[in-house]
Formats: sequence, C-alpha cells, structure tokens
Amino acid sequence: MGMWATFRCIVRRDLTLAIRRKSDVFTTLFFFVIVVSLFPLGIGPESDTLRTIAPGVVWVAALLASMLSMERLFANDYDDGSLEQMLLTPQPPSVLVFGKICAHWLVSGLPIVLMAPLLGLQYDMALDALGVLVVTLLLGTPVLSLVGAIGAALTLGLRGGGVLLSLIVLPLCIPVLIFGAGAVEASTSGLGAQSHVAMLGAIFVLALCFSPISAVAALRISIE
Amino acid sequence: MLSVVDLECVRGDRRLFSALNFSLGEGEVLHLRGRNGSGKTTLLRTLCGLSEPEQGEIRWRDEKIGALAEGFCREVLYLGHLNAVKGDLTAVENLSVAAQLDGDDLAETQIWDALQEVGLRGYEDLPVRVLSQGQKRRVALARLLLTTARLWILDEPFVALDSAAVEQLREVIERHVAQGGLVVLTTHQEIEWTSGRVQEIELDA
Repeated sequence: MGMWATFRCIVRRDLTLAIRRKSDVFTTLFFFVIVVSLFPLGIGPESDTLRTIAPGVVWVAALLASMLSMERLFANDYDDGSLEQMLLTPQPPSVLVFGKICAHWLVSGLPIVLMAPLLGLQYDMALDALGVLVVTLLLGTPVLSLVGAIGAALTLGLRGGGVLLSLIVLPLCIPVLIFGAGAVEASTSGLGAQSHVAMLGAIFVLALCFSPISAVAALRISIE
Repeated sequence: MLSVVDLECVRGDRRLFSALNFSLGEGEVLHLRGRNGSGKTTLLRTLCGLSEPEQGEIRWRDEKIGALAEGFCREVLYLGHLNAVKGDLTAVENLSVAAQLDGDDLAETQIWDALQEVGLRGYEDLPVRVLSQGQKRRVALARLLLTTARLWILDEPFVALDSAAVEQLREVIERHVAQGGLVVLTTHQEIEWTSGRVQEIELDA
C-alpha cells in the first residue's frame, strides 16, 4: 500500500469517527464563537476600539479553542490500544501521524477559519481586513494542529495532561499569534500584510517538515 | 525463526527477568507462564518492538528486529489486553481499517466471512460499542483469521471468551501453527493442545 493510500485511509477513519461523535467537533467551534462574541458585549459598541482589538481577539480565541481539542488527538486511540497497533503496522508512522493531524485540522481548524469572517462582522471589520484574517487563519491554524500534535504526543497518558499540554504548546504558538494578528493590523494601517503572511507561510512549512517526525518520536516514548 | 538472546527487561526500578534465552521455530507455540507482575506482558511488548529491552537482543530470521523495522512489522501480529477496536466504528469498518494499515488488500466478503466464523453474524453493521465485552474481543480476534502475519503474539487471548469461543480460538491457533506459523501467548487458563509443538517458559524462576 502506498503512502498516499495509507494517508487517505487514516484521514477517512478519523473523519468517520468525528462525524459519529459530533459533540467533540461542536464544543471547539462553539467555544470559539462564544469567546469571540463575549468581547463586544463586555467592551461596548465603540467601533474604533472593536476594530483595533478584533484580530487579536479572534486569534487568541482560535489558539485556545484549538487547545481544547488537541488533547484528544491521540488520547482516544491510546486508551483503546489502536495507537500501539498503528505503530506496529508496516506503514511509515509519520504518515499515519500526519494523516491524524490533517483530519484533526479539518474537524477543528477549518470550521474556525470558515466561521471567523462572520464573527469579524461583530467587530465592524472592513472587508479586506476580513480577507486577510481568513488567509492568516488558513495558514496559522494548521500550525496550531501540527505543533499541538507534538505536545499531545508528549503528554499522552499523563495525569493532568491537558493543562501541561497548554503550557507546552501555547508558548510555541506565540509567533503564529504575533504574525497572524499583526498581518490584519498591517493591512488596515495600509502597510500591506505581505511580509506577515510570508512569515506565517514559512512557519507553516517549518512545522509541516518537523512536526510529524517529532510527534512520532514522542509517541514512541509515551507508548513504552 | 525467532530467537531471544540474554534478554533483560526492567520496569521502573524493578528487574523483571534477566538472562532469558529461547528460540522458536516454525510451527511452534510458546506458552509463557508466570504469576501476575512477572513480566509476561512486558516480554510480549518487547518481542514485537513496542518496548526496548534493557539488555540482550531479539532476532527474527537471524537479524535484530530493530534493523528489520518495517519488514518485521509485516510479519508480526500483536493482540494485547486492549482490543484496539473503535467503539464508534462497525466491526466491518474496524477490521477493514486494520487490514488496510497492515497492508493487506481484502475484499469486504472476506471480512464478513471472518466475522461469521467468530460468531458475529448479524452484528457486522452495529457500532462496536453496543457489543458485549466478549463480542468486542471476538472482533479483535477476527483479525487472526484475516492476517498474513507469521508470528502471532497474543496477550491473554482467551480472556472474556465463552468456552465455545475458547475452543474455536485454540483451533485457529493450531491451524496457524500447522501451516508453519509461530505463536507466543500468555494465558492463565489450562489449554489442551492437541497438535503442534508447545514450549513452556516459566518467568518466575
């Protein structure tokens, strides 16, 4: 079986599982929607203030929402023994892990990206600022899933792993937050978002190369 | 085929066993015995490469298993305490994913036949979480009927099975051994082997 077939098999499996367990998907999305919607209610209808804080709020909420579902990336498979079976298959483990990360992003990251422009309207964001926000989320949320996977693999089977996971992963995601929120600000102030988006792209590629390999190494330690 | 040389395993600070030597040839069953906590599961996990031994080496076809990696994985099937079946998937889906990842290209009819053989006819399309403990175990054991692996490593395979299923599993194992397969297993049940060469190792010693 080729790598592509392996990848498709694992993505299809995880998506099927996610569809049959919808509550997991919706908790992440609703958490994101609620956190983002709370700020305008708390701060008041001052549109200048709202426009300024919008990118930061959306990005922080996306970061926290992705942490919510991160813990379950490997935990369910670890608990029922599927994970050790996966590591015993003749397939390259990094492809399996990458497939799981992709499925996780499709379920938890993509809904956030799609929902963000709608929520941005509450902040009176301009149309092109919304466009930049979506582009940065599209590049940034996969990084959150990729980096989160390393943390999830490291904290597998630990008590209180969820908190530890956030402590490990959140600091690593600071660059994504800075360039993601910065891109929107740069675009509204007329500087152009190009350099920020390019940095995000670079971070994405870097995470893409190293995350599956590091996650596999971490899994092997956790499973022993 | 499988040989273990001077193996030592440590769990936490405790040495479970050391200087363990044995070899297993085609068509042989190795029955590991020992009280709880004597290191049976650790030994099985080490044999299939999930854990690293403290010392010594495991050889498969005269090569260290670490060096074989993918080639060894293709020839070994491990069933642990955990069934490794997803509760939200049906029995057919579970087996089909497992077979695909094992690199076996199976027709769905083969999976249906295997499920029928383990007595799950009529349960194929139910999510596995609604099945009983013994039935879940049977789903996991149906993999034995579908796999092409030579070496089976079975950790307490008879647990949660009724006596008819125990008898059937014994037959499946004997059939595999008669075809030149190798089996390493642990069980606290007394199993009457009717054919095949059976070695026993006591880990308490």
